[in-house]
Amino acid sequence: MNWYRFASPQAFYPLAGRMIPWFWALAAIFGIAGLVVGFLVAPGDARQGEGYRIIFLHVPASWMSMFIYLVMAFWAGLGLIFNFRLSHMMARALAPTGAMFAFLSLWTGSLWGKPMWGTWWAWDARLTSELILLFLYVGFIALQAAIDDPRRADRAGAILALVGVVNIPIIYFSVKWWNTLHQGSSVNLAKSSMAATMLCGMLLCALACWMYAIAVSLARARRIMIEREKDTLWVREEVMKEAKGGM
Amino acid sequence: MKSRHQRLLLILAGLAVLAAIAALVLNAFQGNLVFFFSPAEVAAGQAPKDRMFRVGGLVKEGSIRREADGVTLVFIVTDTEKELPVRYKGILPDLFREGKGAVVQGRIGGDGVFAATEVLAKHDENYTPPEAAQAVGDARKRREAIEATAKTLQK
Repeated sequence: MNWYRFASPQAFYPLAGRMIPWFWALAAIFGIAGLVVGFLVAPGDARQGEGYRIIFLHVPASWMSMFIYLVMAFWAGLGLIFNFRLSHMMARALAPTGAMFAFLSLWTGSLWGKPMWGTWWAWDARLTSELILLFLYVGFIALQAAIDDPRRADRAGAILALVGVVNIPIIYFSVKWWNTLHQGSSVNLAKSSMAATMLCGMLLCALACWMYAIAVSLARARRIMIEREKDTLWVREEVMKEAKGGM
Repeated sequence: MKSRHQRLLLILAGLAVLAAIAALVLNAFQGNLVFFFSPAEVAAGQAPKDRMFRVGGLVKEGSIRREADGVTLVFIVTDTEKELPVRYKGILPDLFREGKGAVVQGRIGGDGVFAATEVLAKHDENYTPPEAAQAVGDARKRREAIEATAKTLQK
């Protein structure tokens, strides 16, 4: 199989279109399962009572915000090296979803921090580096929007995305490297310090966020493809096809 | 060498330089990135003397008491090595308990007591149902009881 074929928007557009409904369906299934386990099956926490349940949104959102940035930087770097049109489009399509998750992570963290820690916000290393991540996303989106020529916009954005990668290990290890108000991580590849049902609910919610992120960014990537290649024959054909199918 | 290989090398080299810079900068700012000092660090004189800072540790068991005015609270923050008495007047977070983590912000007064303007509770990364926590506590008590009996028998 020739994988390079899918590096062209022309081949990727219909493929993405066929995949999107599946990812939406999986997002719904995992989301419902995660919420059921999280709210109905998992017990309250010994110390935090019912308030800890915001973890089922907070942790998946934080994971996604970091992981999406890595994927975005990967696509941006690939685009910079190989000049693939598609990889720049993917990087661009991921940014708003990543920004949303970063915001969600800060927002839910703030809602959680007030009752448990006693403050909405603290300038602690974990919180501050996550805020910088949100700024990086916003900066990437703004920089790309500010440059009219898409190829120059892609290159400028890609460099910003790559520079920002430094921040990701800082966020992840901040709770290990420094004294922080934020507690250490409960889950890593080797072990978890959460009760099994709680962990199960959180992982299901994380999977739901993954599926959602893939579905949304593929849909956004399709829009960007159409917009950027609107003068080409394949776009005209695709639009004609969709118009016929819609009638 | 193809130009795409050159670009790859350039990007990798750039990222390596960037990582090195970040590591050096973070290392240099180490002291400022710390959210709180431990009582041992305060005792060793590592905490700033002329400005506010934070101290974190466990609230010592049995150390919380109220002063005569009924609203001022005095307790001890410990890292099990050194202890620091803290005075605070204000609202406490729900999770503030004896034997649990807390972070206090303020400065050390002339009497050696830390005058806190803000008290935050710090919780750990463990999430367990109450029954499990109860069971762990009970098991520890049983074990301690057995050990105590064993000691008495040895005598």
